[in-house]
Parts: sequence; structure tokens; C-alpha cells
Amino acid sequence: MFPTSTVAEAVSAQRQQERKRWWMLSALLILLCLSFVLDIATGPSLLGVSDVVQTLLSHLGLPVEVTATTNVIVTNLRLPIAIMALVVGGSLGVGGAEMQTLLNNPMASPYTLGMAAAAGFGAALVLYVGSLGLSSDIAVPIGAFVCCMLSASLLFGLAMMRHITSGQLILSGIALLFLFQSLLSLVQFVSSPELSQQILFWLFGSLTKATWTNVAIVTVVTLLCVGLLIKDAWQLTALRLGEERAKSLGVNVTRLRLKTLIIVAVMTATATSFVGIIGFIGIVAPNIARMLVGEDQRYFLPLSFLVGAFLLSSASVLSKVIVPGALFPIGIVTAIIGVPFFFWLIIGKRR
Amino acid sequence: MLQVRELSLAFDDLVLADQMSFDLHPGKTHVIIGPNGTGKSSLLKTLFGDIQPQSGTIQFGDDTLHKQLLPMWRQRFGYMPQDINLDVGLSVLEVVLLGQLNALSLKLGDGLIEEALHALEQIGLLHLANRDVRTLSGGQCQMILFAQALMRKPDILMLDEPVSALDLHFQQVMLDHLTVQTKQKGWVSLMVLHDLNLAAQYADVLLVVKGGKIVAEGAPADVLTSSLIEQVYGVKADVMVDSLGVPFVRTRRKGSDAFISMKDSLDATKEFHNVRHY
Repeated sequence: MFPTSTVAEAVSAQRQQERKRWWMLSALLILLCLSFVLDIATGPSLLGVSDVVQTLLSHLGLPVEVTATTNVIVTNLRLPIAIMALVVGGSLGVGGAEMQTLLNNPMASPYTLGMAAAAGFGAALVLYVGSLGLSSDIAVPIGAFVCCMLSASLLFGLAMMRHITSGQLILSGIALLFLFQSLLSLVQFVSSPELSQQILFWLFGSLTKATWTNVAIVTVVTLLCVGLLIKDAWQLTALRLGEERAKSLGVNVTRLRLKTLIIVAVMTATATSFVGIIGFIGIVAPNIARMLVGEDQRYFLPLSFLVGAFLLSSASVLSKVIVPGALFPIGIVTAIIGVPFFFWLIIGKRR
Repeated sequence: MLQVRELSLAFDDLVLADQMSFDLHPGKTHVIIGPNGTGKSSLLKTLFGDIQPQSGTIQFGDDTLHKQLLPMWRQRFGYMPQDINLDVGLSVLEVVLLGQLNALSLKLGDGLIEEALHALEQIGLLHLANRDVRTLSGGQCQMILFAQALMRKPDILMLDEPVSALDLHFQQVMLDHLTVQTKQKGWVSLMVLHDLNLAAQYADVLLVVKGGKIVAEGAPADVLTSSLIEQVYGVKADVMVDSLGVPFVRTRRKGSDAFISMKDSLDATKEFHNVRHY
């Protein structure tokens, strides 16, 4: 930035900076709308963008004519998946942003502390043991959620101790990650090939399981959690100055860390239990957001949501168009576009 | 007045404070000196309530430091830890603003921003306000963190080696600002310094700690002596006094005799003034 010689100049420079950040948020929102519409338009029967827009507008209560088939395809098939992509992408983006803040490490994500592995194990266990009379569409997400929160609560216990450093938290998380990965392998090892196949498909991560009920649950939980995090925006910003300095500024580091960890765990467990494991959004989205607006959480947090939502939404489009007619599991697509970016990030760090 | 009574603090068998008692007075600048690893930083953290002592009480005004009181207790402190590393995507202004963490809301008013800018202006760093802190030098970061501590409008200001990365100019800016404001605003100021000459120059009260004890306490002119320095640091040094009565210290190289005796020093000074310089 340019040097400022008077207080008034510096104030206006700050205001200008804030406008720039608002502009970034708006730009991402527009991109997100575009990919959202495209996501609805692509699929086995290709819909026109204008048809999609008209259907969406009619859903918003505007008097627009729509054909019945288009309406059915959009409302019953495409819209839940498209919204799920937005919400889960956003949830993973925000989860990543806060894990990176909490652990003071730009390579952290909601999965770093073994949360995904635990969810995967929970889902596999339910598939193996059987759903105890419940429909497996309900039992598997519940199993994933419960297991994810159980493993996270071990971390909550750790986080409550005084003088636990973020490094120690990461190490314990990695230990949990390995534990649940081997448990998952164990379940796969003892189960039949068909069941093993089923487990594998769950692990891939896919949005096709989205129903209006799922979407509603994930949306409510995610928005609630994001709202709670935004309330602590300044405290979280202070945490990035280092734990000791955050304390010196009056942050109750232990409490903030526990609270944030619980919120992120609930958010991650909810998203993961309905869509399986979708990697890299959690790492990549916050890093992009950080480059665009810095780490003032008032902007960083919403932008991480928008970037995450945009990435998953466009990955959803890609998963449908790479091989026309075939639908790739979205978890595979995100990792494939995520890896080159990840390398660029690591190498770019040297500069 | 900040009162410390019979404070004992130890990590395993390392004793950092052994029945330590001292008072810190408003309007005075207190400087702690002492060898590395003797618990100076830990003492600061204990006063801040971050380390729980084995025994002893710490009192400020009518309040005694207690776990339940911690948030309120800490609110009175401007505490600048030793670490000056700032690796975060924030502007200088934002870092300084965080000093008033509890007053910050999602929508920032002009008032707080101006306050933060004035804090920067006072230490001559207004021109850095909109810079990303990751582009600053270590010394600049240290000054920014000083501004952040001032922004907290503290009753008690505690600085842990605040000049460790500063050049001569900024050492002077910071310490002058600190001592003047301490007197004016009636702060209780406490800092850890390693440079005995700076300590002698700026301290109202010098606290010399070693092995968990306060081995000397008082005005620098009374406290700083060759024998004390040898006792505390195991280093031979000469202590001289300038025309204002402020002592200054010079260590002797190993094996060399006294740098210069006081009498010789006076003679040499006279001689110096008699010689014409070309």
C-alpha cells in the first residue's frame, strides 16, 4: 500500500481497503451464482440456462412461465444437489479457515484432526454391522456423525487443558487419523467384497444422496455454525497473532479454541455424514480467500465460505461433463483439481 | 500499586521465584535485569495470570489475582510478550486495532481507527499504517506491537525485552515515550531489559533478580556496582557515572585489567578537552 502521511489519509486508505474487500465478496457471489445455474443446467438431459433461470425465478415467486418437465427436473433432481454443493462447499471452506486459524497452520483442514477418517469408520461400521432396523439412508449418516463427534471429543478434552500448543493438537489429531484409518481398513478387511465396494463408494464422496431433507439439515446447521463463528470474528483474528499474544489481548484462548473446535466438528460431521469425504476444498478455499482479502475474519470467513461453495459447485459441474453421460464421484474430481493447486501453494510459499 | 508478596514459582526443580516480595508503583518505570533463564519472563507471565505460582499473592489496588478474576485482571494490562514474529495477513492498522479487542465490532467506527492511527503517529510510524505486517522488519514489528500495547490504555504496562530488535533511533523513541507516558498517565510500568546502560538510563527502579531472589532493588545509581554485576552475571565490569549521575557500564575483556580507573577517567576527560582536534 501507499504510504500515508496524515491520519485522515490513513483512515480513507483503510475505508478504501474495506470497499475493495466488499467488492471481492460480491465478485465471488456472482461467480457462485453462475456456477450454481450451470450446475443445475448440466446433467443427462441438458437444460438451457434461460430455462433454469426462469424456473429458479418462479421458485422465488415471480410470475414466469415454466414447462412442467423442466420444473420437475430442476426441483426434484438438480436443485437439491446444487444447493448441497453450495452448502457443503461453504461448510468445508469455513471449517478449513477456522482449523487453519486455530492450529496456526495454512495446511490444516477440517479433516486434519482425523474427523473424516472417523466419519468414514463410523459409516463403514454401520454398513458392516447393519442399520439396526433403520433405513440405511438414515443409519449410515448417523453412524458417521456419531463417530466423527466421538473422535473430536477426544480433541475437545485435549483442547481444554491449559498450555496445550497447537502443535500438540495437530500431533494428537494425526494419531487419531491413523487410528481411524486402520480401523476403517480393518472393517473393509473383514467384510465381504460387495460390502467393501459399498464402503469404498461412501468414502468417495458424492452429492447424489442429496434429498430436500438432507439439504435442509445441512443448511440449517451450517448457517447456524457460520453465524456463531462470525460473532467471534475479532477474537479469531487475534488468535492468529499467536496464542500468547492473543492472551495478552484478553482472549480466553482455551475457551475460544474449544468453542471453535466444537463448532467446526459439528459442521464437518454433518456435511461429511451426508456426502462422504470430499477432500481439498477445506485446504484450498481458505488459502484463496486469504490471498484475496487477508486475514481479517470479518471478510476472510465469509469469503472462505463463498470460495468453498464456488469450488464444490464448479467441481459438481465438472464431474458431470468430463465424460458426458457418466457421473464421477465428486470427491475424486475435487482432489484431482485440488492437487495441482496444492503444489502451487507449497512452491509459491517460497517466494 | 502492584504488590507481590512471598511469591514462589518453580518448574520441577528449577526455582524461578523463592518467597519473592516487591512493590511496583504508579508513575514509575521498573526494569528487571538478571541472567538468562532466571525466570524474568516467567515472572511477567505470573503477574499477568498466565502461570500459576506455587504460593504467594499478587495484588493491584483492592483486587487480588485470582482465577475467577482473570478476564478483568488482564483487561488492565498492556502486556507485550517477547516474541515479535508477525506472520499473518493483516495490516499494521489492524494489528494495532486488536489492542482494543473488546471494543471492536463487525462494523468499525472512525473513532477507534483514528485512535489506533494516533498511537502509531506518536511513535512515528503513521506511514506504515496500511502496510501488510508481513512486509515489515523485526524492529518495525516490535514497534507496532508496542503501539498495540499502548492501544490497550493500560493501568499496568509490561514489556518483555521490548527493544531486542530496535535500532538506536527506535530504542530512544520507545523508551522515551514509555517513561514520559508512564509519569504522565500514572501507569505501573515494568520491563525486562538486558542492556544495563539502557536500564540505568530509563529505570526509576531497578530490580535485579537471580536464582529466584531479588538480589538488589532501587535507583540505578544505588544498585549498579561492579561487585553486583560480578555477583549476578559473573562478569567483570567497570561502572562509571555521567555528569547527570546516571551510571554506565563497560565490561572488561577476559584477561584485561580495569578498563580505566575513575580518577584516570576524569584526567582523561580533561586532557581530551584540552587537545585540539583536526
